[in-house]
Amino acid sequence: MSGGSLWTVVLVAAVGCYLLKLAGLSVPAAWVEHPWVTRVVEFVPAALLAALVAVQAATSGPDLVVDGRLAGLAVAALALALRAPFIVVLVLAGATGALVHVLAG
Amino acid sequence: MHPLGGVRGRPGVLASLAAVSAARTATLRDAVGLGLAVGLYGVAFGAAADAAGLDVWQALVLSALMFTGASQFALVGVLGAGGSGLAAIGSALLLGTRNTVYGVRLAPLLAPRGVLRRVGAAHWVIDETTAMAVAAPDRELGRLAFWATGATIYVGWNLTTVLGALGASGLGGTAQAALDAVVPAAFLALLWPRLQRTFPEAAVQRRVAVGGAVVALLLTPVVPAGVQVVAAVVAVALAGRPRSEEVVQAGELASPPEDGAAPRKRPTSPSEEDS
Repeated sequence: MSGGSLWTVVLVAAVGCYLLKLAGLSVPAAWVEHPWVTRVVEFVPAALLAALVAVQAATSGPDLVVDGRLAGLAVAALALALRAPFIVVLVLAGATGALVHVLAG
Repeated sequence: MHPLGGVRGRPGVLASLAAVSAARTATLRDAVGLGLAVGLYGVAFGAAADAAGLDVWQALVLSALMFTGASQFALVGVLGAGGSGLAAIGSALLLGTRNTVYGVRLAPLLAPRGVLRRVGAAHWVIDETTAMAVAAPDRELGRLAFWATGATIYVGWNLTTVLGALGASGLGGTAQAALDAVVPAAFLALLWPRLQRTFPEAAVQRRVAVGGAVVALLLTPVVPAGVQVVAAVVAVALAGRPRSEEVVQAGELASPPEDGAAPRKRPTSPSEEDS
């Protein structure tokens, strides 16, 4: 993606997200508080974050791949289950990814 | 505020003033603590933005203008996976719809007077400010919690975004591999609290998460990069919508017919919020 179109994406998405916030403070509550809407909104983050975890950890372009990222993710899951702080989780995942890179490279 | 504190003469007044001041201090302390913790995610975001090919300025503009972490992560996540601009914008907006619902909840509490205040307040309507404002014991503390949390997180988030982006941009091969492993781990850490038993409807959240991941992986070989993420969300959200009779029941619970405009007018207190 060229620098210019990347800037377009950044600005359009930023303005769009801001308008979504402003809409909440501005429109009548009844427009937004449909049970259907709140229900879907409640579950969008879980679906989106999980999809991103999967895509970021196990794909490369159109291919499914297994590499250090998946190992790092497994270590991160273990650390989260043991209630490690966020920064520790990231450091452990990064160290695992680097280790696999060195061992495999 | 304690309703009986002010009517009992001087000792009562002093005691209630002390209690108010202690509550304000506690609110500010919580807000600053949360801001510092969230700042760490800013480092991860800056690094993820760099990994996705954004420069430091683009990462900073996202943090300053978009200022809603999950959408920012989603945008750079889709771009980092090679996705199109439209897919990236779409996933950021999908996550941003959450803030619309938060705004509806916060409107009666903040009651921003005038266009300028509303425009300013809207910028800081995010997960953390909403949670802090809604959890505060009364409306005044709720407002204080909103503005204090918003200010602390805004400053910390933007500073740490720059740190993360600058720190990540000078990395070599092995460090790049480390960063590649950090990005999905950061997404997992964001997702994790939703999968815990204490989260409302944790079982459904887990099914939704597994569904999203599986659909995204299945679609990866057959659709353009990035589209699988948006498609997974749409598919799972539609599958998880309430059936028609549930809608009727939930609708009756949420707003009785004779009281249609209530959510905006009712006084806000934690016990009335159905968080």
